[in-house]
Amino acid sequence: MSGSRIISLGHYQPSRILTNDDLAQMVETSDAWIQDRVGIAARRIAAAEETVADMASAAAGKALAGSGLAAADIDMVVVATCSSVDRAPNVATRVAHRLGIAAPAAFDVNTACSGFCYALATADHAVRAGAARNALVVGAEKLSDIVDWTDRSTCIIFGDGAGAAVVSAVADDEPTGIGPVVWGSAPDKGDTIKIEGWRPYIMQEGQAVYRWATTAIAPVALQACERAGVDPSEIKAFVAHQANGRIIDAIAKKLNLTNAVIAKDIVESGNTSAASVPLALSKLVERREVPSGAPVLLFGFGGGLTYAGQVIRCP
Amino acid sequence: MSSREEITAGLAEILEEVAGVSPADVAEEKSFTEDLDVDSLSMVEVVVAAEEKFGVKIPDDQVQNLKTVGDAVTYISTNA
Repeated sequence: MSGSRIISLGHYQPSRILTNDDLAQMVETSDAWIQDRVGIAARRIAAAEETVADMASAAAGKALAGSGLAAADIDMVVVATCSSVDRAPNVATRVAHRLGIAAPAAFDVNTACSGFCYALATADHAVRAGAARNALVVGAEKLSDIVDWTDRSTCIIFGDGAGAAVVSAVADDEPTGIGPVVWGSAPDKGDTIKIEGWRPYIMQEGQAVYRWATTAIAPVALQACERAGVDPSEIKAFVAHQANGRIIDAIAKKLNLTNAVIAKDIVESGNTSAASVPLALSKLVERREVPSGAPVLLFGFGGGLTYAGQVIRCP
Repeated sequence: MSSREEITAGLAEILEEVAGVSPADVAEEKSFTEDLDVDSLSMVEVVVAAEEKFGVKIPDDQVQNLKTVGDAVTYISTNA
């Protein structure tokens, strides 16, 4: 087995749109302030009864439908999330049950905002090891459950949603579609993003996180390009974790991606943690902004602090 | 060791590049946020650029103490 590739994508967002003007009714803030500091115009918020598993299943169902595979072909389900309330059954088995996938390896991954890139790497490694042939990889979050809606420094940032990919083995003579992952963490800075306790709320030290993201991520993202054998000028799209518009711009500038579309789904979706990379990627592909087969740099970073990224070939 | 005037001039260059502040407006008594309109995230970029330019470490917990250009000049001149 020479590797794997993403063969299809899908995404789901709740129907309720929460605008900056809506937020200005709830806390002391304004549309201009939010647009300037974080680059968000609106975010989607799940209904009270809607769960992480519901959103994950909706996105995964679309990815599966687009893959041409049957549910029985899927032998691994991995869900990246940091906001699922239930511990067991995990989200992955719930997704599998919902989609009629009978007996997959099924597990959740929690590395917060970098989760999808970790999950994608893990699925790729399982395929390379012969432990899976077709994996469903999902990022799904209901952050509205763990946001303090009275804290104007955080409640303006986050949204809910899900994105999913079907990852399949490639034949020995086919090029691999998922490049080597570059992953790691900065445990000494862990306290800068916290979702702690029995009734957790997201808390973050904005300046410290901003500093880490705008200085530490570009060098490791360049390593991901190097390890994939792709020059940054060849990258056709950059899908970073949609943390903050200014962080995305700062990283993109350092990478000097002269020919890449820079994903800015944050404008309409907010920061959806582990869901943001597959959500933004799925939308780019749906809008045909990236040609099939083109190299795309994915990079997730966030709570932990953790990071992971890889160059993929666009499905 | 740079003089206070040299450090102020160096900060003015950084402020112009990072936040579009006119060098003529930069003086020791000016507040970054109140007078020069440098927001909290741009302030981080100023700090990162200052670390490189002056060979000094400015930890996250020190950034909030740098209210004025003069605060930054003092920090840099005593820690560089």
